[in-house]
Formats: sequence, C-alpha cells, structure tokens
Amino acid sequence: MPDGPEPVSLFAWRPMAGILYRQAVLYRRSLPRWMEIFYWPLLDLLVWGFLTLYLKRIPSFLPSAVVSLLGALLLWDMLYRAQQGISVMFLEEIWSRNLIHLLVAPVTPYHIVFAAIVSSFGKVLLSSTVAATLAYFLFSFKIFSLGIDLLFFIGALLAMGWALGIMTTAVILRFGQEAEVLAWGVIFLFQPFSAVFNPVAVLPPFAAALSRFVPASYVFEGMRSLLTVGTMPLRDLFMAYLLDGVYMAGAVFLYAGVIRRARRRGFHLKLGS
Amino acid sequence: MGESGGEVLVSEKVSKRYLPGGPFAVKEVDLRLRAGEVVSMVGPNGAGKSTLVQMMLGLLIPDGGSIRIFGRDVVAERRRIAHRINYASTDLSLPYALTVRENLLTYALIYNMKRPRERVSRLLALLGLESFADRKVGALSTGQVARMGIAKALVNDPEILFLDEPTATLDPEVSGQLRHLLAGMVRERGMALLYTSHNMREVERFSDRIVLMREGEIAAQGTAASLMERYKTQDLEALFLLLAERKDVAVA
Repeated sequence: MPDGPEPVSLFAWRPMAGILYRQAVLYRRSLPRWMEIFYWPLLDLLVWGFLTLYLKRIPSFLPSAVVSLLGALLLWDMLYRAQQGISVMFLEEIWSRNLIHLLVAPVTPYHIVFAAIVSSFGKVLLSSTVAATLAYFLFSFKIFSLGIDLLFFIGALLAMGWALGIMTTAVILRFGQEAEVLAWGVIFLFQPFSAVFNPVAVLPPFAAALSRFVPASYVFEGMRSLLTVGTMPLRDLFMAYLLDGVYMAGAVFLYAGVIRRARRRGFHLKLGS
Repeated sequence: MGESGGEVLVSEKVSKRYLPGGPFAVKEVDLRLRAGEVVSMVGPNGAGKSTLVQMMLGLLIPDGGSIRIFGRDVVAERRRIAHRINYASTDLSLPYALTVRENLLTYALIYNMKRPRERVSRLLALLGLESFADRKVGALSTGQVARMGIAKALVNDPEILFLDEPTATLDPEVSGQLRHLLAGMVRERGMALLYTSHNMREVERFSDRIVLMREGEIAAQGTAASLMERYKTQDLEALFLLLAERKDVAVA
C-alpha cells in the first residue's frame, strides 16, 4: 500500500495536526465560538476598566493599584482560558459522540491532551492579545509596563490552568457529563486563594495558609511585587513553578489512573450515549 | 504479519466482568478470524457482542484470557495494531459542525495517512458521499451519517474492520451497495470483517461464518447452512430465537 498508514509514534505530527485541524475548522465558521473567546474578556475589561477610571479620581488611591487591578484581570483570564481550553475540548468529543473514534485510533490519550494544550495556548494567545489591545486603547493600560519578566509568570499561570484542565478532564471521564459543570466552575474554587486582586497579607489565616499551595497566588503576588519594587521576585516565580510541577504530576497521575480504570470498568464507553 | 494459517485475530479464553464478582459479560470466548473472512456475531441484547468487540479494539481490558491481533497482544501493544484496524458503530457520530469532507480529513490525518486529501476524495467517491461531502454532519440524515461513519472506518485501508450494526439505519438499496463494496474489499484486499447485526437475512447472505452469542458465551458457530442443519431450523431467524429463548438447548 503506497499511501497506507504507518505506526503512529508519540511524536508524529499528522495525528496532532488532525485534532488541531478540527478545532481550527470549528472556530473558522462559528460566530458563537469567536464570541466566547472575546465576549467575556471584553465585558470583564469594561467593568473593571470603568472601576479603575473611578478609582483614579480618588486622591488617596495609588496609581499602581489601578495598574494592578487591570493586570490581574488580564492574567486571571489567561488562567481561566488555559483550564477551560482543555476541559471543553474534551467535552466536545463527548457531546459529538466522537470520543470512542479517537480512543480506537492509533493515538494515545496523551496525544489528545497535548493537542488540547496546543489548542488552548492558541486561544489564550488570541483572547489575551485582543484584551490587552483593548485595555491599551480604552484605558491606556500597557500589560508589559509590568516588564517583560511578566512572561515567566504567564507561563506559570498557563501551566496551572493546564494541570487543572487535565484533572477536570479525568473527573469528567470518570463521572460522566454530570461532572461537566467542573469545566466551567473548577477554577473559581481557586480564585479566593489565588490573591488575584488582593495581597495574601489581607487574607484570613486559613485562606492565607491555603494560598501557599496555589501557584497562582505566587504569580499575582509576584506581579504586584514587580509593580511596586520593580524587580523580579525570583522566590515567587520559583514557588509558582514548583507547585505547577506538583499539580501537573498529580494531574497526569490522576488522568492515567482514570484511563486505566476506564479500560477495566468501561465507564468511558457510556459517555455521550 | 498475521498468525499462522492467515489468522489475523486470535482470542483465547477471553472473559470480562464489569464488576468484581458480578456476572460475566463475556465468558471464556475463543474466536479466530482469518484474513479475507467475514464473520458476523449475532445474539440478543446483552449477549456480550459489543463487550467482546470493545476488548478486541483495546477499549476494554479482558479480566482473563488474551486477544492477539497480527500476532500482537491488544492490551500491551495497542498502538502497534490500531493503525491497521478500524471501527464503525451506529452509536457513534462525528462532530456535527464539521462537513463530511472535513471529518474524513481529520481522521485521515489522525491515522497518519500520506496524501490525506487524495485519500478523502477517493473515499467520498467510493462510498457515494460526494453529493453531500461539503454538508455539515448535523444536516445529514441518519443513513448518511452511518455511511460517513463507514467511510471513516475505511480511511486507513484497515486489514481488520469491526462494524457494529453497520446497516441498521440504511435503506435496503444502500445496504446492498455497502455489502457489495465491503465484499469487494474482503475479496480483493483480504480485509477481515467482523460485524454485529440483528438482520438475519443479511447475516445469512453475507457471512462466511456466524457466531451466535448468548449470555457472554459462544452458543454456536459455523456457516449458516451448517448451523441450520445442526439445529434443524428453517432459517437463521428461527435458530436465533431457539438459542436465545431456549436456554436448555445444548450449545455446540
């Protein structure tokens, strides 16, 4: 067979391209999907942007706090989208009764997750670029006024989002569509302990203790530190990536465990039916 | 490479229970499939047909026994087998927002096919899907979706094709065309075909061998003629009812 199939290695590009091609086609012609990418960041930006306009008029309010609010908003949206990009892509396979086709194909569950990470990165890049551009034109806010070092913190946030996305996917795979609410809600469980808009220092003791185990709290603390001190808070960055490593290892362990169990018990075969 | 005697699939003493200590969904099933052979599995709902196929596809791990495809263990070496087999089921679909062509192209890429666009064009022509190739799946009839599913299952020129009730939603004319197409692939390329069906006339006309399952076990297997002779029934329908309803009938 001259054009016949070949065994698919873990690093084969075509299967990955196949999964990504489908995502690209889905977005190419779907207005609601484009709205989903831009709608919420735009609304959030308007609400919080108008608030910062008001806060700027209060004499005692620090200008850095205004920058911090908008910066935090943009970063939070990246985290949210990174997590959602993974979970929702998986849910779409279930909704379209396509998951079994993928599991029968010569790709592993890791190909699927990796494609979801690439796809989610693209969506984050797109929505963040639009949000940052709007923030600049509407509120004269420059995201990289925080410094190019911010990219390292963004990387840490994306890693946390992806780890939570993989965990959510594992839970949906295990408990079915009843658990799909997690795809939209799980990130908000972490929000109070992520010190998004407020420093960890103002949190009550139990919340402050919990925030030590949330990578995002170090990112947002680091962002504020970049603003006020102007230097890269390496300790925060290190802690964020360390915890990301733990989250990612936990996520992969959970995902692999659920896949193994699914192949024994067959609960994945009922998904979407 | 297949196993000795052209056997491409060998299942030995395969058993499966969904819950520890629960009833057997499949119990000690021995089944062999040769290249170029059409085997149909029939049996009442819950007989274990789908579970057995799902184990052969690597979607489920057997509790006991082994399944070897092309001489490789399905559980341990699924990735080395999966590009040479494929599957279609009326229970499954493909993303509704994509067209038939886009869905097939997706799977041509996923199956790592060279020249995927050419491959898709050939499949569209082969399955008579050209007239609605650029229509979204959500706008297709049930029968058209089934044909697209079969096109997807042929995207990699599989050496073993597993079909779960492939003609259940097709009209008689299209069913006949599909059988003709599959028979050609079996004859010319030596593709092995294992399918489940409740259409006894189709099973009788199309299969080299019929495997009748009951309560997770193979109740009988053989050619249609040999089975009807052995159980003294007029047709397969009567044999199916006899074995499905009368548990006291001895299995062979």
